[in-house]
Amino acid sequence: MSEARERRDYTDGPLCLSGRNVTKVFGLGEKKTVAVDHVDFDFHEGEFVSIVGESGSGKTTLSKMLLGLLNSSEGEIFFEGKPRDISTGRRKREYWKGIQAIFQDPFSSFNVFHKIDSVLLDCINMRGGRSLSREKKIELMTEACSFVNLKFAELTNKYPFELSGGQMQRLMIARIFLLKPRILLADEPTSMVDACSRATILDMLLDLRDETGMTIIFITHDIGLAYYISDTVYIMEHGRFVESGRADTVILNPKAAYTKRLISDVPKIHEEWDLSTVDLKAE
Amino acid sequence: MKHTLRQVFHSSKFLVGFIIFLLILLTIWIYPFFNPGNPLEMIGVGTFARPGSYVSLYDALNTSTETLRLADADDKRLDKLLSDTDRISMLDWFDSAGVDVGDLDIEDTDTLLDLWFANYSSDLKPAGMTNAKRNYYKRLNNSLMQVRAADTLTITDVDEATGDPVTKGTVTKTDYVNIGQVANVKRLPLGTDNFGRDVLKELVSATGTSIIIGLIAGVVATLIGLTLGLLAGYVGGLADDIIMFITNIFTVIPSFVLLILISYSIGQEQRGASVVAIVIGFTSWTWTARSVRSQVISLRNRDHVNLSKLSGHSLVRIIATDILPYIASYVVMAFILQVSSGILSEAQLSLLGLGPKTTVTPTLGLMMNWAMLYSAHTNGSWWAYFPVILTITLISFSLNLMNTGLDQVFNPTLRD
Ligand SMILES: Nc1ncnc2c1ncn2[C@@H]1O[C@H](COP(=O)(O)OP(=O)(O)OP(=O)(O)O)[C@@H](O)[C@H]1O
Ligand SMILES: [Mg+2]
Repeated sequence: MSEARERRDYTDGPLCLSGRNVTKVFGLGEKKTVAVDHVDFDFHEGEFVSIVGESGSGKTTLSKMLLGLLNSSEGEIFFEGKPRDISTGRRKREYWKGIQAIFQDPFSSFNVFHKIDSVLLDCINMRGGRSLSREKKIELMTEACSFVNLKFAELTNKYPFELSGGQMQRLMIARIFLLKPRILLADEPTSMVDACSRATILDMLLDLRDETGMTIIFITHDIGLAYYISDTVYIMEHGRFVESGRADTVILNPKAAYTKRLISDVPKIHEEWDLSTVDLKAE
Repeated sequence: MKHTLRQVFHSSKFLVGFIIFLLILLTIWIYPFFNPGNPLEMIGVGTFARPGSYVSLYDALNTSTETLRLADADDKRLDKLLSDTDRISMLDWFDSAGVDVGDLDIEDTDTLLDLWFANYSSDLKPAGMTNAKRNYYKRLNNSLMQVRAADTLTITDVDEATGDPVTKGTVTKTDYVNIGQVANVKRLPLGTDNFGRDVLKELVSATGTSIIIGLIAGVVATLIGLTLGLLAGYVGGLADDIIMFITNIFTVIPSFVLLILISYSIGQEQRGASVVAIVIGFTSWTWTARSVRSQVISLRNRDHVNLSKLSGHSLVRIIATDILPYIASYVVMAFILQVSSGILSEAQLSLLGLGPKTTVTPTLGLMMNWAMLYSAHTNGSWWAYFPVILTITLISFSLNLMNTGLDQVFNPTLRD
């Protein structure tokens, strides 16, 4: 990430999404899985929040609840300070107006019957650009694609399944540049993208955040990456938040054993680069 | 889409089934141009005329003749008039009439005929012989007389004034007419049925009606099944519970029993072909509903549906663009099977006498029903039912072949 980025403090803005005792239990009786276990959180407007945890720790489940795609079993979610009410279809659609997501599995995120053009055009139409001229629309799409290192001219008239996993992920992110949502839930959005493109893309996302004040909830298992880009991190283990706070505080001075393990599991090469100040043996 | 279609038509099974079905449709379309008119017209007065070409005798007599001397003409004539079964029947008659024939060789035509004319009398009523059998011997006797008749037949008219016969003309055994010059020759490739209708014409028309019945039944069943399956699967909750409850009730009661009960209660007068088709469709949707529901349940949590929801799309739009295309291939396959089973259901119903009203259009089932009622299967009139069975088989075969072909394209695990 560019060193030059001035780090504005977004961590004490107005509340955007918060939760108390949010819980999700799958199944009944013997087969019961507590995917998310009584978690509390406060996300502020414009904040870049990372949720870090191992596979199966409940990150995706939590994000689906935040999106209102999954009902919570217990607890309450607050939206802009007030209890979130998405009990009817109309209220849901209202809630979804400013929220967008990048799902974990790019292969199942696209409708295989729609061409890439229509995926992107849909985004322009959603932002009220239906009446724009054809040239203008193409210009917008080309620009959005260029943000994620894709060439629109190569994608036009293709179907999403004709792309590679990483290309699909990048296309998914390109949508965000067209939609400019208030809240973005990104579930490992760059897991299949090469390191070089990843840095540029995340940088562009941060720029977008600075420009529009978008709240980004970023889900990853890469604690090094989280340290780089987030204002706040939440460390998730077996459905619980074991630790949370400002990224540098949590990662430079981890309290929970789980966090320490996550940090020590980061390959050496990362450690040399950016975790040099972490003293793991101190405690 | 285009790609999928190409793939489908590359499947040889689908292609063969499709071509057979297309040929059937083509026949239904083209045949009436060659043989127009009401397929239920009773052209014959007797029942079950054999397949073949029928030459008007009257017109043949009025057609100018040529003389042909053919060496084997007499033998052929004899063969036609006196078949092997006839010879055996004659022996039977001698037996039941108590005539002692000694060790008669039935191949010895002259002796056989001598014995016959010496002993046969239509007034004789041998014990235990049915009326039908006695009539048969009467006909046999008439035709045997021709064998012994003179070489020349005289055609006479009756003088109106005196009542005396007047010779109009003669026909000899060497007189031939050119069939092409006879004014009236009727070809009945499949003969006539019990009502004296042209079976082939009836069959073509019945095939059309039956396919339409199958299509209507398929559309009705698929529409009901699809709608209920989509609602139950996508909306879930209470809607799902209610729909599955209804579906289970319909599944538990055998659909054919339901079909019989409904058809019976509608009554013969109201049962047009389309009513029967709708009733068939109405009793056969459960399978589609169940499978659509399970497919939708696995689809509704896919992320592309979630993405569509986040984009603010309406329920209808999500179902139409994010769910339906994914299950379309499946629904088409189910539809093809419904059409095939709809045709079979109509045949079964009609066999039970619960098919469409009989006076308007023939259906394959009704043809079977008529053939059975008039014992075509016991009196050897195979042409009244066998072509019908063959047609039903061919239709179901082609539809099922198409279905298997589609299955191989859409479920690649089955591909060999
Ligand atoms: N629909 C479901 N039904 C039952 N159990 C589920 C369901 N979805 C998730 N789970 C369970 O909940 C737990 C958390 O799953 P989740 O997908 O949230 O993990 P994750 O943190 O996103 O993992 P990963 O990093 O691998 O994506 C897992 O144990 C999983 O088996
Ligand atoms: Mg996940």
